[in-house]
Amino acid sequence: MYAIEIEKLTKVYGKGETAVTAIADATFQIKPGELVAILGPSGSGKTTLLTAIGLINEPTHGKVVIDGATVADGGWLPGIDLKRLRREKLGFIFQAHNLIPFLTALENVMIALEINHLSRSEAKSRATELLGALNLGHRLNNFPSALSGGEAQRVAIARALANKPKVILADEPTAALDTENGKNVMILLKKLALENHSAILVVTHDHRMVEGFDRIFHVDDGRITGEKNNSGGSVNHELG
Amino acid sequence: MNLAIRDIRYHRGRFILTSIGLGLLLGVVMSMGGIYRGLFADALAVIDSTRADIWVVQQNTNGPFAESSRIPEDIKYRIKAVPGVAEASPLSFQTIQIDRSGKPFRFFLIGYDLNGFGGPPEIVAGRGVRQKHYEMVAAKAMKMAIGEKIRLGLHDYTVVGITGKVVSSGGDPAAYVTLADAQDIQFKKDNSAIRNDRERIGENLGAIQALAPAQTKYLKQNIAGITESTHTVNTVVARLAPGANLQEVQERISRWNHFRPISVEEQTKILTKGMIEKARMQLGLFRAILLVISAVIIALIIYTSTLDKIKVIATLKLIGSQNRVIVGMILQQSLLMGVIAYGIGYLLILMTYEKFPRRIVLDAFDLQALFVIVVAICIISSFVGIRKALKVEPAEALGG
Ligand SMILES: Nc1ncnc2c1ncn2[C@@H]1O[C@H](COP(=O)(O)OP(=O)(O)OP(=O)(O)O)[C@@H](O)[C@H]1O
Ligand SMILES: [Mg+2]
Repeated sequence: MYAIEIEKLTKVYGKGETAVTAIADATFQIKPGELVAILGPSGSGKTTLLTAIGLINEPTHGKVVIDGATVADGGWLPGIDLKRLRREKLGFIFQAHNLIPFLTALENVMIALEINHLSRSEAKSRATELLGALNLGHRLNNFPSALSGGEAQRVAIARALANKPKVILADEPTAALDTENGKNVMILLKKLALENHSAILVVTHDHRMVEGFDRIFHVDDGRITGEKNNSGGSVNHELG
Repeated sequence: MNLAIRDIRYHRGRFILTSIGLGLLLGVVMSMGGIYRGLFADALAVIDSTRADIWVVQQNTNGPFAESSRIPEDIKYRIKAVPGVAEASPLSFQTIQIDRSGKPFRFFLIGYDLNGFGGPPEIVAGRGVRQKHYEMVAAKAMKMAIGEKIRLGLHDYTVVGITGKVVSSGGDPAAYVTLADAQDIQFKKDNSAIRNDRERIGENLGAIQALAPAQTKYLKQNIAGITESTHTVNTVVARLAPGANLQEVQERISRWNHFRPISVEEQTKILTKGMIEKARMQLGLFRAILLVISAVIIALIIYTSTLDKIKVIATLKLIGSQNRVIVGMILQQSLLMGVIAYGIGYLLILMTYEKFPRRIVLDAFDLQALFVIVVAICIISSFVGIRKALKVEPAEALGG
């Protein structure tokens, strides 16, 4: 079973003359534990693709299947609890860390666990453990404003991982970081893909960051124009 | 995890300031309620302290407080003789405003019969009036010392005792003197006026040729006596004997045609419904306006604090929070703000109500009702914020 499956996924923003096709007929499958990058110029549709898979951006056409469950088939399927799928199966990491400013590092991770029905004490011990593993044991009670960019991003990663999601979606997780911290975050993501057996889909601008990824998709003007696997070979798609 | 409290903790300065501001507003609302209750208590203070069953006043008047009423003092004997009446006592009332150390000094002067009732309800310092003349018991609020003298009419009066919280329906503190003194102050003409009157009477009588000099002298004395008489009072109050029928006694007195016997219930109604009704409505209107203002302020605060949290709300939705987590955060914040503001307002009023120039009566029912209203306002006001929050798309968490 694939962690992520999309088939002829299309997203059109707007209607009529102003309509923009941000992603067109994208099809691919990602297995659990695979580390996949999406590369492409600005405006090519990377975020659109990621958010459609992340269940926060309704596709116009095509299918989205997460962990074997069909979620969208020409729009969300009726009766699908998107929130529940998001909290149970998905973890999000963004360019701006998106931590809640009035919660401490520890609480930012705990909240993700608590909304997934863990008790306070369970949430606390799991969050402490996760942050410790990400070298943030000494920052548990700091507010995001007091954390460095790299630290904040690691807290966001801890939050994304908190519920052991099947799929982790990261949109330019290193863009706000310097090269050193950026590399560390990528190394961390690779390690986590291996350990947790999660599929990780990372959107990035930066070619240097995708070293060691299992597969790399190139997106241009809403179309997946190429796919590279880690053997170095290049496969060209011409879809639709 | 309680997000509402966490957010407040982080923005505590802002929260505390807002709560204090709202608290002041609610304090004003509470004081208005207190002033209203105070108006009631003030209006009824003299009635309550007199503890009479019937107030006999001039016919066709709502006296002696709402309208002026003048009746002869000696009617007290006839009233006392009515079957069922245990005691009857004349009273006179007048508002006095004099200059005292350069400032206007206003009080309500009550004249009472030393052998009757209607005098000071309690003496908190000094003693009651004992001499027939020139002694006075003053309410505490007049801030007079025992032994202090004050000039009223043609004489100096000495404060011999202090009584508690008796005020006129207008809120002026009350002072007590003997009925005779009060009548002097109210009705006695000064010496030159008396002299003028006597001369005029003399001239008028002198013009009647038919009168013998002895007759003229007799008539002159009598007429002067009547014009100079001060034996008028504003009311005669009566207490019934145990088991007496109020209506029967009232009917009996009405039959004399010159007087109106007002029961204490009617008197209470005259004062509360007539005299303070407008003030009551005014205060009620003010309270309603202030509550509407509070509601608008709470709604605005909650709305802007929701706008501040759009990104947080989007992030919460993105990571899969249930709506109740988000609604709860906004609602709890609104309620907390309302309850804390209420507490601040209450403390404020509790610390200051005794220092108000007029009486403030804090009524438990009023306070509880206001609490319920504040809670309702908080719930309703948070709807605008909640509506906004529910419309936030999780994708909004992505931007910048
Ligand atoms: N909400 C929206 N409404 C209308 N058009 C949109 C919306 N979001 C994105 N687009 C358009 O869709 C196209 C793809 O946008 P998208 O954000 O997916 O690109 P991207 O590859 O993530 O770009 P970047 O690298 O700059 O983040 C762009 O032309 C963009 O203008
Ligand atoms: Mg993007």
